[in-house]
Amino acid sequence: MAHSHSPEAGRLLVVDDNKVNRLLLGRGLEQQGHQVEFAENGQQALDRLRHERFDLVLLDIMMPELDGYQVLEQLTSSPELRDIPVIMTSANDELDSVVRCIEMGAEDFLVKPPNPVLLKARIGASLEKKRLRDQQRALIRRFATPEVAEELLANGFELGGKYVNASAMFSDIRGFTSIAESQSPTDTIELLNTYYTLMFDAINGQGGTVNQMVGDGLMAIFGAPVAHSDHPLRAVRAALEMVELIQLFNQGQSAQGKGPIQIGIGIASGRVIAGFTGTQSRATYTCVGDTVNLAARLEAHTKVLGHPILIDQNTWQGLGGQIPAAEQEPHQLRGKSAAVRVFAVPLPAESPELQGPR
Amino acid sequence: MATSPIHLATLQTLEATTDRAFVQELIEAFLEDGREQIAAMRKSLASGDAVTFQRAAHSLKSSSANLGALELSAQAKALELLAKAGNLQAAPEQLEAVAAAFPAVEQSLQEFGHGT
Repeated sequence: MAHSHSPEAGRLLVVDDNKVNRLLLGRGLEQQGHQVEFAENGQQALDRLRHERFDLVLLDIMMPELDGYQVLEQLTSSPELRDIPVIMTSANDELDSVVRCIEMGAEDFLVKPPNPVLLKARIGASLEKKRLRDQQRALIRRFATPEVAEELLANGFELGGKYVNASAMFSDIRGFTSIAESQSPTDTIELLNTYYTLMFDAINGQGGTVNQMVGDGLMAIFGAPVAHSDHPLRAVRAALEMVELIQLFNQGQSAQGKGPIQIGIGIASGRVIAGFTGTQSRATYTCVGDTVNLAARLEAHTKVLGHPILIDQNTWQGLGGQIPAAEQEPHQLRGKSAAVRVFAVPLPAESPELQGPR
Repeated sequence: MATSPIHLATLQTLEATTDRAFVQELIEAFLEDGREQIAAMRKSLASGDAVTFQRAAHSLKSSSANLGALELSAQAKALELLAKAGNLQAAPEQLEAVAAAFPAVEQSLQEFGHGT
């Protein structure tokens, strides 16, 4: 697919029942370096779009078989085809129809016969937008489980939040700054990459989503955007697996004569405000609220208590006794009048070096 | 020829931005489609099919404008609007005027296409 290497050139489908229009549009687009294919009516267009890959569709409105509205309707309701940008091509006296198409999801419009400069600008802008969207999809696929990614991609990127019940998790590497100072930058980045690979594996394996990575710390959410009623259990299972993976990693480290790392994990469950934050072109799924703050505080508190996994009362209740946890001294949080109950989740095979801070 | 049914500058611009062979192809496509569109309008008028009539008139309007047949395009647009308004009773006479204008357009385009 040589054309995908050049941001300007794409594979375009021109849909028009009028041969003169097809020839003119096709010529103009080919002169601009695009690969152009044609369909003579809406039905032909849909058949081709379902079986071939196109970067952009130029769609006439008034056509036999299926008209432009019907094609647009089918495209926007199809998960596979909804991301292909559509530019309506119209006569200059049917702009009211164009407005309707834009409302239905068409990206832009061109009046026939288009001025070459305008044609180039509009096609270029649409292809660029598609490229950004494709990039965003790829990013989502990288940072979420396939299940979550499909959910997000299917429901689109509506900015705006809602209340959901979820478990928030914070994790970081104990004493990472001193580790980083004691080794080469290359070793540090390699260490971080290995660490993140292991943590993602454990979190995604339990249906969680990592939504923040800062330095050696990460935040993950369980129960959103895909609802799992057993999110506290999933979060704690992931935490246990994370610690176990670090244990295995440390065995490898010590074989190479390198020191072990230790992690601290805090988990809290309850109502969070979840949604996409950012802009239409760049958004991340995130969660905020007291529950999230509590998880961050519990993670910090692992340093004090020397337990690698600390959870709040809601998470503990959500475990329903399936995973044992030992209650600790209540913890007084800044800005809170009452102390919160804190539970430590013991590791299945307690190993002294994994207990927490050095 | 006193008044040409085609706007020559449109064709000349087209030829300058593309080439002679392409304009020739365009003219052939227009003539072929144009005859079909007129036939489709006659047929849909007879059967009272306003949707098909409107689409054919719309298409003729569009392609004739592309080739500089501006008068023909305006006539086709009038037919499109009649169909859109559901007023096909007034269409037969105007449709025959379009059909009558077509040969002169065809001749002018072919003359241009053959470089005469």
